[in-house]
Amino acid sequence: MSNALKDLLFKMADDALIIGHRNSEWTGIGPMLEEDLAFSSMAQDKIGHAQALYKILNEVLGEADADTLAFKREEKNLKCCQFVEQPIGEYDFSIVRQFLFDHAELIRYDMLTQSSFQPLAQLAKKVKGEIKYHVMHADTFIKQLGNGTEESKARMQSSLNYAWHLALGIFEKSEFESDLIAENIFAGEDELKKRWFEKITPIIEAANLIVPATDESKIVYGGRKGFHSEHLMPLLAEMCEVVRTDIDAEW
Amino acid sequence: MNTLDPRIKRLSLEPSTEVEKTNSHLITYEVFHQEKRGKHVTHVGIVHASNPEMALVMAKEVFGRRGKTTNLWVVKTSDVYTFSSEDEDMFETTPEKTFRDPAYYKVRDRIEKFQNKNKV
Repeated sequence: MSNALKDLLFKMADDALIIGHRNSEWTGIGPMLEEDLAFSSMAQDKIGHAQALYKILNEVLGEADADTLAFKREEKNLKCCQFVEQPIGEYDFSIVRQFLFDHAELIRYDMLTQSSFQPLAQLAKKVKGEIKYHVMHADTFIKQLGNGTEESKARMQSSLNYAWHLALGIFEKSEFESDLIAENIFAGEDELKKRWFEKITPIIEAANLIVPATDESKIVYGGRKGFHSEHLMPLLAEMCEVVRTDIDAEW
Repeated sequence: MNTLDPRIKRLSLEPSTEVEKTNSHLITYEVFHQEKRGKHVTHVGIVHASNPEMALVMAKEVFGRRGKTTNLWVVKTSDVYTFSSEDEDMFETTPEKTFRDPAYYKVRDRIEKFQNKNKV
């Protein structure tokens, strides 16, 4: 069971770490001061979630400490989905990614409040409020920009189309799926995907945008098994640059 | 908008299908911060936003990301009515009118009592 748990925690933590790092790339160049602050602050929240999950891996499941797990693992051992690795692009893409990713996060953590694995259930209760805000932020922008000008609407739709099959990669199943469900640890990626789709559809429609059609063959899988896009390596190189200058330094 | 107070509009977190249509540029909203439930809200500054929902979303991180917050209010700056700054003279003599201050009477009583006692 501990392998199944580790797999779940690692993919959640790695997603949070990588999206947190990506979104922090907007710091200082956000579209307006208020949004710069908000987006940076939410990026910090994500790093915090990653840290909390690595801490459970360390303290309860016997893995290395959080810094080691975050900064000293090889790319192939990371379990983040390829969606979070993608460059920030223009603001439309970053907002669409936040919308698609954080709705899944909110539902995932909400499901985990019922988890039989107590450390995770407790963490889920603690961070639910933060993610609720991330979702609210994304919804506000989606609705505003989808109903804005011709240009804003076109940009939102094309980013949504581009992001769609990447986003569906969030729900890539692991080999431990049935164990997690049987042990009441997590109700599973299929259930999550179903709830996610039901939740986001009315919001996309309220934003006057079209829910892209799903082509199963185009869904971008692989991340959960250690196969990553070409964008992850440069991100890791930058994120781990300081640590790698002296790997054994004490901080 | 579930609220017991019909004067107040509360932001719902449930995905609403209501969309405020606006193509206007960003306007400013005054932000009021409430530290604890029941405490007065205090004006803390402004944010730029295109609608009240976005103003709250922005206010949350700009004014609520440090320390304790229980709630925030936003009000469109243009909805605030204020006196003209050249009419400040209307208030000029007010500080002299200490008889309007309840504390004045307390002190007055004690002074008169003292004066009467020392008259003889």
